[in-house]
Amino acid sequence: MSPPPQATAPTYTKKDFESGVDPRWCPGCGDYSIINQVQRTLPLAGVARENIVFVSGIGCSSRFPYYMRNYGMHTVHGRAPSFATGLKLSRPELEVWVVTGDGDALAIGGNHFIHAVRRNVDIKILVFNNRIYGLTKGQVSPTSELGKKTKTTPHGSPDYPFNPPALALGAGATFVARSIDVEGPHLGGVLKAAQEHRGTAFVEVFQNCPVFNDGAYGFLTEKATKPETQLRMEHGKPLLFGKDMRKGIRFEPRTARLEVVTVGEKGITEADVLVHDAQRDDPTFAFMLANLDHSPGFPTPIGVFRDVRRPTADEITWQLIDSARSSSRRQLSVAEFLAAGETWTVNG
Amino acid sequence: MSTQNAPPGHKVAEIETVTIRFVGDSGDGMQLTGAEFTRSSALAGNDVATFPDFPAEIRAPAGSLAGVSGYQVNIGAHDVHTPGDAPDVLVAMNPAALKTNLADLKSGGLLIVNAGAFTPQNLEKAGYPKNPLEDETLRSGYRYVAIDMNRLTEAALSGSGLSAKDVARCKNYFALGMLNWLYSRPLEPQIEAIRQRFQKKPELAEANVKVFQAGYAYGDTCELFYERYVVPASPLAKGTYRTVTGNHATALGFATVAKTTGRQVFFGGYPITPSSEIIQDLSKWKEHGVVTFQAEDEIAGIGSAIGAAYGGALAVTATSGPGLSLKVEMLGLAVILELPLVVVDVQRGGPSTGMPTKTEQADLLMALFGRHGEAPMPVLAAQSPADCFWAAMEAMRVAVKWMTPVLLLTDGYLANGSEPFRIPDLSELPKVEPRYQREPNREGKYMPYLRDEKLVRPWAVPGTPGLEHRVGGLEKDSLTGMVSYDGTNHEHMIRIRAQKIRNAIEDVPDLAVDGPEKGEVLLVSWGGTYGSVRTAAEALRAQGKAVSHVHLRWLYPLPRNLGEVLRRFRRVVVAEVNDGQLAFYLRGSYPGVDPVSHTRINGKPLKVSELVEKVNQIL
Repeated sequence: MSPPPQATAPTYTKKDFESGVDPRWCPGCGDYSIINQVQRTLPLAGVARENIVFVSGIGCSSRFPYYMRNYGMHTVHGRAPSFATGLKLSRPELEVWVVTGDGDALAIGGNHFIHAVRRNVDIKILVFNNRIYGLTKGQVSPTSELGKKTKTTPHGSPDYPFNPPALALGAGATFVARSIDVEGPHLGGVLKAAQEHRGTAFVEVFQNCPVFNDGAYGFLTEKATKPETQLRMEHGKPLLFGKDMRKGIRFEPRTARLEVVTVGEKGITEADVLVHDAQRDDPTFAFMLANLDHSPGFPTPIGVFRDVRRPTADEITWQLIDSARSSSRRQLSVAEFLAAGETWTVNG
Repeated sequence: MSTQNAPPGHKVAEIETVTIRFVGDSGDGMQLTGAEFTRSSALAGNDVATFPDFPAEIRAPAGSLAGVSGYQVNIGAHDVHTPGDAPDVLVAMNPAALKTNLADLKSGGLLIVNAGAFTPQNLEKAGYPKNPLEDETLRSGYRYVAIDMNRLTEAALSGSGLSAKDVARCKNYFALGMLNWLYSRPLEPQIEAIRQRFQKKPELAEANVKVFQAGYAYGDTCELFYERYVVPASPLAKGTYRTVTGNHATALGFATVAKTTGRQVFFGGYPITPSSEIIQDLSKWKEHGVVTFQAEDEIAGIGSAIGAAYGGALAVTATSGPGLSLKVEMLGLAVILELPLVVVDVQRGGPSTGMPTKTEQADLLMALFGRHGEAPMPVLAAQSPADCFWAAMEAMRVAVKWMTPVLLLTDGYLANGSEPFRIPDLSELPKVEPRYQREPNREGKYMPYLRDEKLVRPWAVPGTPGLEHRVGGLEKDSLTGMVSYDGTNHEHMIRIRAQKIRNAIEDVPDLAVDGPEKGEVLLVSWGGTYGSVRTAAEALRAQGKAVSHVHLRWLYPLPRNLGEVLRRFRRVVVAEVNDGQLAFYLRGSYPGVDPVSHTRINGKPLKVSELVEKVNQIL
């Protein structure tokens, strides 16, 4: 059931990806800017609209497919990766996106998330991380900070949060990235890189919930502070940040730790600063970077942590099918297939 | 086979039917021995029905009571519907096997024991204070034959260079050889089968052939048996046959759907006893249009299948009780999405982990009603191992025709039991006819929930330009499929989804009554109890009793004439391997009908004799 061949790549505008249904997210919700960036990014690749499928679970973010003018499935809580995996294995020519949230992907759906990543099935997984349960009106999520006061943790959350990029890297992710809802162009760039990646592309989007967790990422988005708190990773470029881009991340070999240094101070030059290599097969440095923002005094990395190419689950599945087909001498008829093995005949 | 093959010196008795049970330690190869004897019986033209019965533990401690594994086969010169109530022949390979099975052996039956395994150590493990082989009751109650198969196997293989462990593993072929002699089977096909099975280890193949021949020759010369038997070929319908287990037949059915439609069959699932052979078999058949996916859990198994169904695949998942519990939320989604999907539930002893390797029919009410919200779906049940093939194809035909998930119930007995399967002609196969929407269906637009006259919605799949649409678990507008919280629309959608499934009644054949059309007693069976109930009805009629039988293949919707048929009889007896679920369902569905419930829940198929006794009490 392959789609009809396309003579020319279609040319789309953002509008071609709007379903016409007005989104029902709260005013000021970060989801608006995310869908805006997705709808701006999709026309760039020129993939036919009918060959793109958005699959979601349950939660505010998971209403996403209804607002896209593609094929879409709004499924059950936490399980979107399983539908996406089945669809992609069955129809490898489709482009499949999963849209999910921190609760959907990492609490109820944690198992499906890590297994999709482990298999490297060629799907994009966008996790809108607002560090709160929004649709159920404000309970603690698996990315809420330790001590966070919510409706179910009135005395503060006793649980440590997941670090989603570190989790994905630990599960063997071939593409891990992070962006922020309000950083439009940056988010657009990350989405484009995710779309171009073959394999599971995991994108964490820091998303503000103006109703139940407003300002969760204020430290990263306030004009005054963000130069000091955002570390924008770019492949092949030194990991520099700060108002005048003089701060950098250095690997201290004696302790095998990352540290913040200032170029021009204490004899530090730009040559001391780590150059970001997202394409390195060994995920160790990506993991160190993913853990940076959990260490006091360090900036929060955004951008692509890791982007490596490995055969995907769907590619391997279909290679196995193709090789089984080509190694069987000829296609057995139904009768021959059913009569395989030992038979006997009754001449009634 | 003719009786002339028998060497002189032994009387050959022709018998109509015999039930043989092989029992031994889990490591003794009893499943293989039973299956091999079944195969050779089928090849000899007998009708066969089998019941493998093994522990959930892969290898319980050797020699222990918990580790006993058995395989019962009923061989007939006529139609055989069940693996037989009680064995006529018991082959016991160790004390634990004797202890756990002797009570089942028919009085006067043939008891063959491997005396070599009755060591003080094994006797202690089986809890025998003294050697039962020295007990006179074995000799007076049964035709008792004790043979030291350990020693005879060692003797046959002396000088073979095999390790003591490998030699010990061959002794099941000694027993098989003896039984092949006893039932007048030719040697050659079995020898060929051994060489096939061990083709990668020729030294083991030759050892097993040697031991098999030694067992055969021992039967002939030892003078322990004063007669041998022949079960004449059964008058099966004309055709080519093979033996199948229920799980194998289920997998064959789905693969045949792929072959006959040319469409992809997608199987997403998770291994669980006793269903795992279905995914294992399908995984082998990549060149036949089947895509299989072993998911991370039961939920993802069905989720992947629903995802593939949205993409246009003919989707299947299979599981057993605990797995069905996990899949329930997904079933509700499949109902509201209205996508075709077949879910096979190979029922096993529950609740919870229950008895994983034992059979039961206790998921019926869950299959019918176990979902939140109003979520009806067709429910079918296979009636015999070979029928699993037909039921699988039929379930897929129904799923695709009505754009609905379908639950197909089988059970542990059907899954592992085997019987002859007549290879059907292409023209006999159910026609699975997926119809994909290619064009807009209303004023240049695509309305995913615009229904046809049977209330079936169209199936447009990704990749089809212009028909892009969204589906989801939220209640949807009856036309556009967009989210709708309108109460009137919700009620309309519930009723229309339910009516659609009721419309599937057009595919449900009216029940045919076996026996008198009306009168005294009607036995009702469903699923895997078909064989026992059928045999009981035949036995009762042979005793001159007016007893009829109907079998339910469709559990929802129920056949149109069921109520009327039930009311034609003075008493209705529902026989099932649960605590009376079908009886409860029939009481609710047909007011005034109050069946007598005959139930056993002991992990085994229903015994014909017990049902006969029950009906005789009622009459």
